[in-house]
Amino acid sequence: MSESAHVSAIHCKSLTIQFPGEIRAVDQLDLTINAGEIVSLIGPSGCGKTTLLRLMAGLEIPTDGSVSLEPPVVGHAGGIAFVFQQPSLLPWRTTLENVVLPLDLIGRGTRQSRREIASHMLETVGLAHAATRFPSELSGGMKMRVSIARALVTDPHVLLLDEPFAALDDMLRNQLGQLLLELWEKRRFTVVMVTHNIAESVLLSQRIAVMREGALAKVLENPLPQPRNEQLRTTVEFGEFYGRVSHALRGE
Amino acid sequence: MAARTSPRLREMLVSVVLVATVAGVVLGVWELIVWKFELPKALLPTPRQCWDAAVLEKLPLFRATLSTGFAAIAGLLVSVVVGYSMAVIFSQSRGLRLALFPYVILLQTVPIVAIAPLLIIWSGYTFRTVVIVTAIVCLFPIVNSVTGGLLSTKQDTNDLFRLYGAGRWKRLLHLQIPSSVNHLMLGTKTSSGLAVIGAIVAEFFVGNGTSYNGLGTLMTGWTALVKTDALVSAVFASAMLGVLMFGAVHLISTICLRRWTRFATVNG
Repeated sequence: MSESAHVSAIHCKSLTIQFPGEIRAVDQLDLTINAGEIVSLIGPSGCGKTTLLRLMAGLEIPTDGSVSLEPPVVGHAGGIAFVFQQPSLLPWRTTLENVVLPLDLIGRGTRQSRREIASHMLETVGLAHAATRFPSELSGGMKMRVSIARALVTDPHVLLLDEPFAALDDMLRNQLGQLLLELWEKRRFTVVMVTHNIAESVLLSQRIAVMREGALAKVLENPLPQPRNEQLRTTVEFGEFYGRVSHALRGE
Repeated sequence: MAARTSPRLREMLVSVVLVATVAGVVLGVWELIVWKFELPKALLPTPRQCWDAAVLEKLPLFRATLSTGFAAIAGLLVSVVVGYSMAVIFSQSRGLRLALFPYVILLQTVPIVAIAPLLIIWSGYTFRTVVIVTAIVCLFPIVNSVTGGLLSTKQDTNDLFRLYGAGRWKRLLHLQIPSSVNHLMLGTKTSSGLAVIGAIVAEFFVGNGTSYNGLGTLMTGWTALVKTDALVSAVFASAMLGVLMFGAVHLISTICLRRWTRFATVNG
């Protein structure tokens, strides 16, 4: 696996967070995500997957322990990108203006250069033709593509995805999973994805971290070869690994 | 495009026909009541008598409507500027919001007829006083609506801005202000009707014995002279003024500010 200079590993050491009046959402968790690796976080609802992702993004402050990037991301230069479950696009901005938003907020480059980068990103996700449309004029799948383009426009070290395809139908889900793989093949950024979908995690990730009650229950190495594509879903190896993940989820 | 416009046009035509029908029925019943009970003109004139009075008094009525219209627009504009600024401050400081918002509610609850004489003492029998009274009447819906809009941004969007290190200023500029435009227009629509009421109430006091001539002044004079028919025509003019102002705000909202008002909430 090629490791680019723009990719960071994530180290979680004794990571703990306790919200007021609640049990520990994440409890003494140790996990290292290697640079350029795709890791899925999977587990029952309320097990702390999203909280762990938010801790990695710096959107939550740990009660104890630490999250660090290696090499570190300096300031808010767009080194960490986050794709939410909902596309969360700004409805008064066009598709292009939504993609350009992170660059506007960071203040990187001139207005013209920012728009050029965003236009290129839209081309990459196959939405160049929709640059001037507003979110209300886009389908659910298109909105999610815009959300992914917006996340990648800063050329991040780390991409964090919180059930990004959960609201989409199976066909769109598969298409966007494939798009994610293609983008990752080109850039090899580090990816951590929260999902409830075992098949999705098996197809996309190199490791699957199974969580239970705020802690890691098991980390499974994915034996499926790279590069991956939709055809892998019909192989015996896919089925076997799917079964292992399913067992781990049930605590067997 | 034609297929999309056609049902809308039809709906508009249906609406116009329905409104005209209701007006026709009301005017007919009104005419009938006056004729049936033989009511004197001073108590309740017929619609036709009111129309004749409006034609007879068209010049003073037109001038007064214009004066009241200017005062209402000026007061509304002042309340938009002041109200929006207050809402921005409230959205940026929880402490200030907690300390000052009850006073904004107080402005709404204190009867305007009680503070109008006070304002005349401080500001005189002037157009300025009418504008101040109007602005006070219009302020609350705008502050309340815009503050809600500025504070109602979604968690995911807030997180996105935090992720890219957007400070208070960038958050306000790129997220809060654009998402509050819809709320501003809703508040302004509510206040547009109130603006005419506020201006007329102020004119009841301000016009008293001065050269100021608004609908309120005219109404006071015609009440003293028991010119009920002319009075009803002034009431009708003030109602039309309110409808016109509401329509103008609605037009601005749907044409000039469409980019920001075409959606309900920030959810993409």
